[in-house]
Amino acid sequence: METLSGLAMGFGNALTLANLGWALLGCFLGTAIGVLPGLGPALTIALLLPITFSVSATGAFILFCGIFYGAMYGGSTTSILLNTPGESGSIITALEGARMAKNGRAGPALVTAAIGSFVAGTVGTLGIAFLGPVVVELALQLGPAEYFSLMVLCFVTVSAVLGGSALRGLTSLFFGLLLGLVGIDLQTGQPRLTFGIPELLDGVNVVLVAVALFAVGETLHLAWRHAEGKAEVRPVGRIWMSRGDWRRSFWPWMRGAGLGFPFGVMPAGGSEMPTMLSYYAERKLATPEAQKEFGTTGAIEGVAGPEAANNAAAAGVLVPMLTLGLPTSATAAIMLSAFQSYGIQPGPLLFTTQAELVWTLIASLFVANVMLVVLNLPLVGLWASILKIPQPQLYAGILVFATIGTYGISNSVVDLILLYGIGIVAMFMRRFDFPVAPVIIGMILGPMAEQAMRQALTISQGDWTTFVTRPVSLAILVVALLALLGPRLYGAWLRRVAA
Amino acid sequence: MKRRDHADLGAALFVLGLGVVAAWQASVVPVSPLYGQVGPKAVPYVVAAGLVLLGGLLTASALRGGWSRDIEELQEATPTNWRALGLLLAGLLANVALIGPFGFTAAATVQFALVAAAFGSRAHLRNLVIAFVVSLSAYALFVKLLGVNIGAGVVEALVFGAPE
Repeated sequence: METLSGLAMGFGNALTLANLGWALLGCFLGTAIGVLPGLGPALTIALLLPITFSVSATGAFILFCGIFYGAMYGGSTTSILLNTPGESGSIITALEGARMAKNGRAGPALVTAAIGSFVAGTVGTLGIAFLGPVVVELALQLGPAEYFSLMVLCFVTVSAVLGGSALRGLTSLFFGLLLGLVGIDLQTGQPRLTFGIPELLDGVNVVLVAVALFAVGETLHLAWRHAEGKAEVRPVGRIWMSRGDWRRSFWPWMRGAGLGFPFGVMPAGGSEMPTMLSYYAERKLATPEAQKEFGTTGAIEGVAGPEAANNAAAAGVLVPMLTLGLPTSATAAIMLSAFQSYGIQPGPLLFTTQAELVWTLIASLFVANVMLVVLNLPLVGLWASILKIPQPQLYAGILVFATIGTYGISNSVVDLILLYGIGIVAMFMRRFDFPVAPVIIGMILGPMAEQAMRQALTISQGDWTTFVTRPVSLAILVVALLALLGPRLYGAWLRRVAA
Repeated sequence: MKRRDHADLGAALFVLGLGVVAAWQASVVPVSPLYGQVGPKAVPYVVAAGLVLLGGLLTASALRGGWSRDIEELQEATPTNWRALGLLLAGLLANVALIGPFGFTAAATVQFALVAAAFGSRAHLRNLVIAFVVSLSAYALFVKLLGVNIGAGVVEALVFGAPE
């Protein structure tokens, strides 16, 4: 019942005029930026982190939640109308959605994506509200050793399990860990990896790295392969779904939401897997006539299911972030650093020490969800026109705001050089197919993992076996090892059986 | 095909080099006089070792033919656009050089025009005007409204008066 009284308090706060204004601004900004190809919620929130200096924590987080959900909505519009997925979760949406748009059915595709996102967002947010307190109960039993093992598991899943190659994923992770080490060691006060440069004593700012990876690196990579010419934006058409469309969309929404949420909650964050699974499930379950539309004229089931899975997974990611302080996606990692800049440490204690903030945040996720479905369908023409901003001015503008986001933190030219330097590294990472999200996660989670490890070792008086003699810790480490080696052993076994 | 293998090898050696630099930096961390079960050097060494190991494995993979040939995106990629890349890098460099002496608006305006030119825009004068308006409004928004200082300079002094 903690949940219900919490939600009541949360809605009481979220529905004040000022907070509704923040939510509206967030939804608006989030959708607008989500629509722009290549820009996602992580970058948007990173660029807006400076407002944490002058806005109250509640207002800032309501804004960030609006951006978070808004960007998910905007991303699907781009996938459907431009066939350019804005982020990994909407790649699958582009498969069928762009085909539907090509055949004059952009309207139904946009509607099913929007309503699917609403359904999934509501299911996901309910999941956060009811699952959160349960996870907190469990998390309070964990000591530093277990925390360290959980973080190891997190490292393995975000870098080695998801994505194309474990080797490249782990390399990205270690690059992030390295960046996280720069600065003064919190426990002994010794400077580390600073190369004697005084500006580096405070560490490398996570906003700087996020902006370098997502804005500078992306823009450089686009310039590298730039060819003159314009992408074609499909006309929106009539925003409407027939009764048949509703019937064909309903169960895919439900299944997608049910599939996506658990994937988001597990420290295997990432929406590639659930969206893909949802796509194949819908393809299998569709009626024979609908199956013919898959891959040809575009099937509405193939938009409804994955889009719901994507949004539910994104909501699920907030559960480990709020209850354990473990970010499993780049956006969650940036939100975590926003909490830190208010001096708040997410984790099991957050639900008691900052109950008002947490429940207001959850309530405003519901509010944002409603706002988005009400706002987005009538405004879809406006979003489509954002897609028509010419590329040169768009990317020039993005780089100007990237500078503001970085220079605004410290007014230091060293930071700008670092921004562009890491941006160039990010360009090569993009070229050689190294994922960038593990860099952000390694950078934020690395110092936390080191602290947990050193605390655990202080408690055990330097006995390293503490990580394997405590049963919960051991179990988590075994899962991590299985996640890392399992797929390879399975592959080797398959080859042996085949031979 | 042969050239691409060299590219992969370069990426792998970069990772290896990063690991070596990390190890060097870990070795120069001063030893703490404070008591602790694990000193400040341990984790940097672990990360350095990890990078060296991963760099080694990547090198081995590159020598066995590399991974770039499996990246679909590269199969249909257009050749390197040196002009675009050069102009973009010039834009970044201009920003670093100008923001200190001349302030945010001036630096951002030059950067905007260079980046827009990199992506093929030829309306340079119009871009400069757009850039000036966009950066000055961004400056006003951040400095005046949000209280975040993003670097005052020549233009800002003319428009908003000298900083106090």
